[in-house]
Amino acid sequence: MDMNMESLVYIALFAPFVGSMFAGLLFGNAPRTHLTGIVASILIFVAFLASATLAYHVATVGPVHVKMMDWITIGDLSIPFGFLVDQISVTMMVVVTLVSTIVHIYATGYMDHDKSYNRFFSYLSAFVFAMMILVMSDNFAGLFIGWEGVGVCSWLLVGFWYHKKDRPFEENPSISPSWAANEAFIMNRVADLGMLVGIFLIYWNIGSLQYDVVFEAMPNLADGILVSIAIALFIGAMGKSAQFPLHTWLTDAMEGPTPVSALIHAATMVTAGVFLVIRSNPLYSLDAVSGVSMFIAILGTFVAFYAASMALIARDIKRIVALSTLSQLGYMFAAAGLGAYWIALFHLAAHAFFKALLFLGAGNVMHAMDDELDIFKMGGLKTAMKASYWYMGIASFALAGLPFMAGFYSKDAIIETAFNEGTFIIWGMLVITAGMTAFYSFRQVFFSFHGEKRYEPLGFHPHDMYKYVLIAMAPLAILAVSFGWLMGYYKEFIYGLNESVQYEMSDHTHHLAIYLAALVVVIAIGAIFLAWKKYGGEGDKAWKRDEAFEQSFIYKLLENQYYVPKFYDEFIVKPYTITSAKFWEIDKAMVDGSVDKIGRACLKIGDTTRGMQNGNLSSYLNWMGLGALILVLVAAFSTITTESIVECLRAVAGKGE
Amino acid sequence: MLEIGVNHYLILSGLLFSIGFMGVLRRKNLLMLFFATEVMLNAVNIAFAAIGNYYGDLSGQMFAFFVIAVAASEVAVGLGLLILLYKKYGSLDLDVISSMKG
Repeated sequence: MDMNMESLVYIALFAPFVGSMFAGLLFGNAPRTHLTGIVASILIFVAFLASATLAYHVATVGPVHVKMMDWITIGDLSIPFGFLVDQISVTMMVVVTLVSTIVHIYATGYMDHDKSYNRFFSYLSAFVFAMMILVMSDNFAGLFIGWEGVGVCSWLLVGFWYHKKDRPFEENPSISPSWAANEAFIMNRVADLGMLVGIFLIYWNIGSLQYDVVFEAMPNLADGILVSIAIALFIGAMGKSAQFPLHTWLTDAMEGPTPVSALIHAATMVTAGVFLVIRSNPLYSLDAVSGVSMFIAILGTFVAFYAASMALIARDIKRIVALSTLSQLGYMFAAAGLGAYWIALFHLAAHAFFKALLFLGAGNVMHAMDDELDIFKMGGLKTAMKASYWYMGIASFALAGLPFMAGFYSKDAIIETAFNEGTFIIWGMLVITAGMTAFYSFRQVFFSFHGEKRYEPLGFHPHDMYKYVLIAMAPLAILAVSFGWLMGYYKEFIYGLNESVQYEMSDHTHHLAIYLAALVVVIAIGAIFLAWKKYGGEGDKAWKRDEAFEQSFIYKLLENQYYVPKFYDEFIVKPYTITSAKFWEIDKAMVDGSVDKIGRACLKIGDTTRGMQNGNLSSYLNWMGLGALILVLVAAFSTITTESIVECLRAVAGKGE
Repeated sequence: MLEIGVNHYLILSGLLFSIGFMGVLRRKNLLMLFFATEVMLNAVNIAFAAIGNYYGDLSGQMFAFFVIAVAASEVAVGLGLLILLYKKYGSLDLDVISSMKG
């Protein structure tokens, strides 16, 4: 039985890797072929089956911990390639592989006409592999490898259409795919430094990076060290999960193909930061770091509100969804910071399902509209794209947290947690944000699917996606509706892990829960109704562009993302560019200059001395004679010197006697 | 009465060597160059024999014999080459037969 489980762990881990290598090595230079897409999809599905079986095993028998091989063994440092499949990691594995499977199938349709089809699947499967390492590793070093791996794959995939030209910032805030890819990568480097410092601190103070050893030893460490570790690790999480102030890359990462946005920048990779905090729950639930945890909750709440406010007026359909991802990540951090780790993880899973669905739906819309992203140019698409309309509707209902959808259970639990902890400001902010979430997600739905057919005068002829792609999206829709119903089972499942992951509402909150939920639902429905009134009407009631409002200060502020990207550009990017240019000049003068001088000197010596090679034997003999003479002189001179030195020494020695 | 010691032989050897060396450097005719090298070799031979005698060691004289043998074979081969060169260029002047240019 155990042996079986071990091989399942390896299948879950390496099937995506095989898929990636298949597409990359065998078909890297080949013209696009559906074979790569199909094989990669099947292998990811195999990984999903293995993960699901492992989940059942974890639920019935217990966690699986395997050690594949030694990796780094130097002195006292021993880091094995070990994999831990417990309640937390298996949740992530199932979510990652399930969403990946659907996104892979989706991408076979979406990337159909792209000439780099094979390359795309190679990257996409490599991403899944890196993500699996990230979640399955049993130590911080393996986690970091996966962490960097997903970063690289994200860079490759955001910049997938690297040939697109740069456009000015005013025209396109994310300039170009390669620019956005670099931004994401560099911003994550900043955060990864924090994470590395955290890992080094753990190693210095504990002498191991294995989770079990580390978390057992942590209560014995000094408070200051624990706080430093907690802060450093959270800085890493802030980068990957795009928390303020390292958030600007996430919306710009929408330059990547839409399946990438769905998989990496909504469902999986960006939740790695939340995963890290949940994984380190024994650390973050210590009393010594309660300040850091509270900061996480406050920052999460702030980001939830901050991102939602920008989504209220955004016009780019993918940016709206990306901002809602940012906002929901804030919710997850709020829950994790307040100690409700399992609720955060549950929302992570639920969010992955409905957000992936939302993104894939947005992809369908883009596909139908010839890559047009501006919702002002859409409208009334529901007749042309019935299936996508339903999917987007369901996903938005789930995101808005309407009763009995996935988001209703998971997001309400977070809001309830904030109430239960007595942090009423956080609670209030989260409730308001829930209303904003409902408003902006339905604003987007009504804009694109209801109202006047604004696209008609612009000459678009929308058509829905391939049938099989639409069918492949169905599991996400089913889960977006029903995943919340499993909350009770899930709670039982994850409570088997340890004490610190458990979280219960007080009786007082429990009594009020129904009213709290009702309040949130009423606000959400009100917001949806408002969105309907404003954007859903046809004919006389149709939405009309409000130029005056678009000139107002608040609109400008939100449209420019609170001027944060501008601030970064002015105060970080530009000074850095100027300094780099200066350093380049110094480099040119000193390093390049000295190398050039040496080269030129050699050339010059050669040029002057080549006159010797005149072909005349007599002059050669003269030069040879000169050389011999010099050698004789040198030999004679050095003999004299040595002798005189010896003599001197003798004289000194003689005096000593 | 002046006794002839090893120094005298060595000075003679040095003078002969310098004459040969100057010949190698200054003369333009290849045949003369050969003569000059022969002078240099024999200067060395004198030094070998003198020093060998001075130390009462026969190795010096043995070396001198070797040098004579080598010089003889060198002259045999060298003269053959010189004849060929003369047939080709009609001269043994180094300024005339130089062909490579740097």
